[in-house]
Amino acid sequence: MPAMNMVEALNKAFHEEMKKDKKVVVLGEDVGKDGGVFRVTDGLYKKFKDRVIDTPLAESGIIGSSVGLALSGLKPVAEIQFMGFLYPGFDQLISHASRYRNRTRGEYNCQMVVRVPYGGGIRALEHHAESTEAILAHTPGLKVVIPSTPYDAKGLLISSIRDPDPVIFLEPKKIYRSIKQEVPNKEFTVPLGKAEVRKEGSDVTIITWGSMTVPSLSAAARSKDISIEVIDLRTIVPFDIQTIINSVQKTGRVIIVHEAARTGGFGAEIVSQINEKALFSLEAPIERVTGFDTVFPLAKMENYYLPNIKRIEKAVQKVVSY
Amino acid sequence: MKKVVGEFKVEYLQVLDEKGNCDKNLMPKLSKKQIKDLYKAMILGRQFDNRALNLQRQGRIATYPSILGQEASQVGSAYAFDKSTWIFPSFREHAALILRGVPMEKLYLYYAGDERGNVSAKQKCFPTSVPVSTHNLHAVGFAWGNKIQKKKATVVTYFGDGGTSEGDFHESMNFAGVFNLPVIFICQNNQYAISIPREQQTASKTLAQKAIAYGFPGIQVDGNDIFAVYKATQEAMKHVKSGKGPYFIECVTYRLSHHTTADDWTRYRTKKEVDAWSKKDPVLRLKNYMLKNNFLTEKENKKILKDAEIKVEKAVKKFESVSTMKPEDMFQYMYKEMPWNLQEQLQDLKESLGEGE
Repeated sequence: MPAMNMVEALNKAFHEEMKKDKKVVVLGEDVGKDGGVFRVTDGLYKKFKDRVIDTPLAESGIIGSSVGLALSGLKPVAEIQFMGFLYPGFDQLISHASRYRNRTRGEYNCQMVVRVPYGGGIRALEHHAESTEAILAHTPGLKVVIPSTPYDAKGLLISSIRDPDPVIFLEPKKIYRSIKQEVPNKEFTVPLGKAEVRKEGSDVTIITWGSMTVPSLSAAARSKDISIEVIDLRTIVPFDIQTIINSVQKTGRVIIVHEAARTGGFGAEIVSQINEKALFSLEAPIERVTGFDTVFPLAKMENYYLPNIKRIEKAVQKVVSY
Repeated sequence: MKKVVGEFKVEYLQVLDEKGNCDKNLMPKLSKKQIKDLYKAMILGRQFDNRALNLQRQGRIATYPSILGQEASQVGSAYAFDKSTWIFPSFREHAALILRGVPMEKLYLYYAGDERGNVSAKQKCFPTSVPVSTHNLHAVGFAWGNKIQKKKATVVTYFGDGGTSEGDFHESMNFAGVFNLPVIFICQNNQYAISIPREQQTASKTLAQKAIAYGFPGIQVDGNDIFAVYKATQEAMKHVKSGKGPYFIECVTYRLSHHTTADDWTRYRTKKEVDAWSKKDPVLRLKNYMLKNNFLTEKENKKILKDAEIKVEKAVKKFESVSTMKPEDMFQYMYKEMPWNLQEQLQDLKESLGEGE
């Protein structure tokens, strides 16, 4: 089994799925000859030619025409270069892609994927480090998927392409190349809506996703006396409530770690759901370790903004000493 | 060095003048029966519209956008489409949709607030799109998808003068041009976007010229002249089917009624202006032409009106006999499979209604 990073795993998923299914088309800025600014679509143009399309620089155009491509029976996979550039295409996601099935009583659906490299930690320019998954999660009709390992990236991308509803596929670019893992060459999928317990533990549950799995797992590994369980949500919409509840019932103490701003972040929804479904299993108030309610800073300050091991450890102390 | 690197001109087409006189050299090939069919379709559209306003006043349907005055732009264009044509409407194309076979009861149902009225896939009509010009991109993507799959189809998108100010309008025109797609852009320039007059939307002399910036032809036609609209659309169909890429038609028309039933046009335009446009009425114009040329008698005309009335009444009856929706309907079309959170919320709703406890 070859070891590969997330970019390579995603690329492999594309090569396999596009070969298997002629309805899959890839479109976006620089996805063709250039292979994408992060090289996720590298080599696809050479192999699949007219199904790999460089578009004009227009995000609403990319997402809006993807809606039309989907209506024609194709399975478009659009790339938006950075999450901060997704906003011009929001209207098409919120007003159309997410609604077509309902608007037409199931007569039409938008089987499409919008891939977006997201999150901070790579010393990028302004608008290149956004993590606004909660806005997407707040939009009925979309699914939101966030892999955190090369294996999951491949399996989840294939599942997303095959899913009959619009999927926003957020790729944590901080860990695009930093984690290598053995990924099977043979076909496999990872189901949407299923979390993965990355590390089992009995005292505290950390619920996280994307690149925040890294400091969460480090904090769990470093913890000697307190046994920490780490749940990688993998899909934000719909999220795996059962895995969360099972863990809460076991540990009674919960920390949610996400890099997005705190207020109205997706962590808040998880807190609510735990309160509704497992309040009496809790031994302490749920803690959130998140980005701040500030603009995501430029490179020099981003390490202050991003949740890290120390902040997670502080929260662990807080929930166990409650 | 200094030289001219681009020049353009925009053509204007009128076949039938305001008094119903026809320019024989420009007249498209249409039999007497076809002309009568065009007239009947406009009358039916107008009768549908009139009844809708009526139903709205009685509270039997909700907010409704009238097509009064724009019948020629809609019927004239739709009459030139063929079996391969797919329509992406905005929200003021009822006469075009009816001509394409969309049952009138469905349109009433939609405007009464029932999504089931928004499904017309059989007639190759996509659902009503309320956010202005956003659906132009769907038309472009759809045409593009057909091209990739080597399916022969022509695609039409309708929008208004206000729509030409939206970003998505420009992105769709740009994509259509770049990828050389068989899309006909039909702009019903009805002079107003709610209260904002055409002059305040753009400093361009015409809307048709916007196509030129995106590398394809645009023509301006008298949108109250059904022959001109038909002729231009025929030309457009020929153009897009021959693989030459997109085509733009600006129909210069006028919205004789309010923006919707929630609007009051007396706040932003004069009666004098509206009266002047009433004299250019597209239905009256074709009627005058037909009377002059002995295609139509007043007696026949009465029968046409009566027939339209009967058809519309039948549709109203059908619309009002549709069964009510169930609460599930709101939930079950969000995703192919209902996720747990929606199942929970549906259960909640049912319990609050005293069901499923």
